[in-house]
Order: sequence, then C-alpha cells, then structure tokens
Amino acid sequence: MSFVRGLQCRECGQEYPKEPLHVCETCFGPLEIVYDYDAIKKSISREKIASRDKNLWRYRELLPIDGEAQAGLYSGFTPLVRARRLGEALGVKELYIKDDSVNHPTFSYKDRVVAVAISKAIEFGFDTVSCASTGNLANAVAAHAARAGLNCYVFIPDGLEQGKIIGSAIYGPKTIAIKGNYDDVNRLCSEIGDKYGWAFVNVNLRPYYSEGAKTHGFEVAEQLGWKLPRHIVVASAGGTILPKLSKGFKELVKVGLVEDTGYKIYSAQAAGCAPIINALQKGTDLISPVKPNTIASSIAIGNPADGYYVLQAVRESGGWGESVTDKEILEAIHLLAQTEGIFTEPAGGTEVAVTKKLIQNGNIPRQESIVISITGNGYKTLEAVAGSVEKPLTITATLENFDALYQQLNPTVTAKAASG
Amino acid sequence: MSVRVRVPTPLRKFTQGVDEVSAQGANIKALVEDLEKNFPGIKERICDETGKIRRFVNVYVNGDDIRFLQNLETALKEGDNISIVPAIAGGC
Repeated sequence: MSFVRGLQCRECGQEYPKEPLHVCETCFGPLEIVYDYDAIKKSISREKIASRDKNLWRYRELLPIDGEAQAGLYSGFTPLVRARRLGEALGVKELYIKDDSVNHPTFSYKDRVVAVAISKAIEFGFDTVSCASTGNLANAVAAHAARAGLNCYVFIPDGLEQGKIIGSAIYGPKTIAIKGNYDDVNRLCSEIGDKYGWAFVNVNLRPYYSEGAKTHGFEVAEQLGWKLPRHIVVASAGGTILPKLSKGFKELVKVGLVEDTGYKIYSAQAAGCAPIINALQKGTDLISPVKPNTIASSIAIGNPADGYYVLQAVRESGGWGESVTDKEILEAIHLLAQTEGIFTEPAGGTEVAVTKKLIQNGNIPRQESIVISITGNGYKTLEAVAGSVEKPLTITATLENFDALYQQLNPTVTAKAASG
Repeated sequence: MSVRVRVPTPLRKFTQGVDEVSAQGANIKALVEDLEKNFPGIKERICDETGKIRRFVNVYVNGDDIRFLQNLETALKEGDNISIVPAIAGGC
C-alpha cells in the first residue's frame, strides 16, 4: 500500500499526479512527493520498523513506491559508529560517524537514492536507466541496474579517479565521459533525458530518487534510540541530502516516531567549490555558481540546483556551514582513518574537517551530541591520498634486516628489550 | 541576426511541441522578448515578476552559463546556440 498522494511544486504549490515528472511546468520549481502523514501515523510504529529487515526499506511508509521494493534490498542500515578517539581529538564529548562508506553494494550514500529510483523506474516500466554523476552515483546506478537487468548509460566528467570509472564499468553499463566538469555533464543530461525517454535517476526521477536520502537520517534517529541528533554535519554538492535529512527528521516527528527535540544541521563544502557556503556566510539566498577546483571531486558541483534548499534547511534549523581547503581535507581523511579506522574519500574528509572547524569556532558546542555523515569510501579515490601516506618499508626476508630496520624506527629501544 | 534556441519539454506547449526555434535579439533580455512575441506566455515561465531569470532556470550560450557571462545583458551573435534548461540536482 502506498501513502503517496502525488507530486507538488515546492515553489508555487501546483499539484501533479505520480508520474516521471521533475519540474513544475509553471515555474520550473522542483517537484516533491506529498504523503498522507495522518494515514502513515496510524500505520507506522517503532515495533513494526524493528521487526523488518535491516535495510532502508524498513521505513517504506515514508518512501515513494507503490508496490514491493524492487532494488536495494541490502542497501542502507549502515553503522552508526560511536567515535570516541576522534571525539577526543576534536575535544567533544559525544561524537558519532554515520558510515555510508560501507553502504551496499557500492560504498556510498548513493545506494540509498538509487535503490528508490530503480524501484520506481521498474514500477513506471522503464527499460533503460541513466544518470549524470561525479562517480558515486554512476557506480550505484550501474550496479543496481545490473542486478535488476536494466539497460544502463552513465554520464561522468572526464578526469575522474580510476576507482570511480572502473567502479561503474565493471557492471557493464555504457559509460560516457564528457569533456568538462559535472555542471557540463548535468546540462547535457537534462537535454538527453528530454529526448530519449530514459529513466534519468537524478533528472526525471529526481522527486522519487531524492526521497531515498531521508533514510540516512531515519537510521541515525533509530540508531540513537529513536532520538534526533543534536548536531549533524553533512557535505553539500548538488544539495540533495541535506534538505532531505531535514525533511526526514520533521517527518519522524510528524508521524510520532521521535520527540521534537530540535536539531541543527551544518553544510560542509570544499573551499575550491563552495557556492552554497559563500551564499550562507554572505547572508544571501542567491547562489553564484563557481568553477570547481578541489580534490573533492565527488562534491565538485559549481551550480547546485538544490543549493537554495540547503540554505533554507540550515538557516531554519539554526545550523551553519563552513568550507575547508584541500590540505585540511587531506589531513581530516588521515585523522578519521587513524582515530576510527574508517577510510573515506575527500568528500568525507571535507565533512570531518568542517566539523573540526565548526567546533573550534564555537558553532558546535563541545558537550552535545554530534553526528558526522560520512557519505563515500576512500578506496575509490586512492589518487587523492597516494602522495600523503607513508610508503612501505621494503627489506629482504631476513631477521637481521628487520632488526636493523626496527632499530632505525625505534632508536631509543634496544633490540634485546624489544624482543622482550 | 538569428540564434537557435533549444526548448525544454516544459516550455514546448508554447512552441507547438517544437524543441528548437529560431529567435532574434542582441542580448538575452531582447531574446526573451522576441520569444514572447512569437510564443506568448513563454516569458513568464522563464523570468520571475521582476524580469530576472527564475531561480530554477539555467540559460546557456554556446554551453556557457550566462551567470558566468553578463546574465541578461549577455550579447548574442549570429548563429549562437542558446539552451534553456531546468536546474537539476543530485549526482555526486
């Protein structure tokens, strides 16, 4: 049973039926799913959710599918890690990592949105799915399409990391690299989507697709024992996830799953591509697009279509945002790895570095609970850190050689003492 | 002087379903007026009440976003390709 009433323009309020539409015909505003929350409230409960499989479909009443889930049956329900060592390093009392770097099957938060988009594409009867992507989304679309037996075309900017390119190609889609940046890819795809009638997950299925992002927030609340986090930090690229976390938290209150204890939400961007943070800090609603120049390629979107809604959600919650340099991003990747054993891509480094900055600047208090959303996996972007990790120490296989090396590494310890 | 304008699906009801039209104008502002003359009602969809391009509409001249050029004052020349594209998001 579906609780979806239809689509509605976020800007002018015009209503539309449940179809593969994404843009309001009147004002070009984005369309949003409208649910029957009263009916959901009567149907949903913590116990019901707890009885279901540990994947993102456990919140299905608040997701926009009509029938049974068709994709992503193992996606979501990623760990919420209590980050004691990182918390100590940042000087805060209660810190958690919501770790979507281990999402199934392609190791980023995109497995959530794609699970919903592919299910919906199948419901609508599409045979070909596609996307414009900086890499992670392409990986997720290609993998989920393969499992569903759908044709797949993915569009990426040229010059992406190998892990992101091969991480799509392995699933057998047609991968098309566009000379230019993500914003060029995006523009072309909106024109291709118009012409070819495919299910473009982030174009004509966007209202459905973006709803999947809410599950990241639902899980955080459930894993905190059905409580909203006090502070949550997440990266902003095109601007999908942050407003959806906010929408998801409000829905949990509306349907009676959590108490309205308030939350503050913070946006993280790389200094080399910070159009949303620029507008936030200037106090304006107008986002001036930028030409991205950062190692955080997965969030290098200079013209964020939903940036306006990021600003809205951040300001409404009383949160804030910061941008950090590539150097700070790299240091934060190392810090997260070396304190919590979690290897994230530069987007995740951005989230950690921004959290650090917000704590240092006093924007986030040290005594309250903080969640950092880690949205992607470092094994896909080895190039970004290859130059900043220690090289292996190569020796021949003799004990003498190791003794000598050990001595060199630990000059104050005698070999005898070391062998105990 | 004429330029080619690619029309996105939500605006094609004004152009009798045609996805590409010719139009005139020394700059984007004049181009929008010319489109309005031939396809009444289209301007209101592209521009807000103050005459600025709507928040969720992107306009490109030969692939370049006019916000990187001179916005509505961006000059046009014979044969330029103009795209009007709804803003789309999400794709990291």
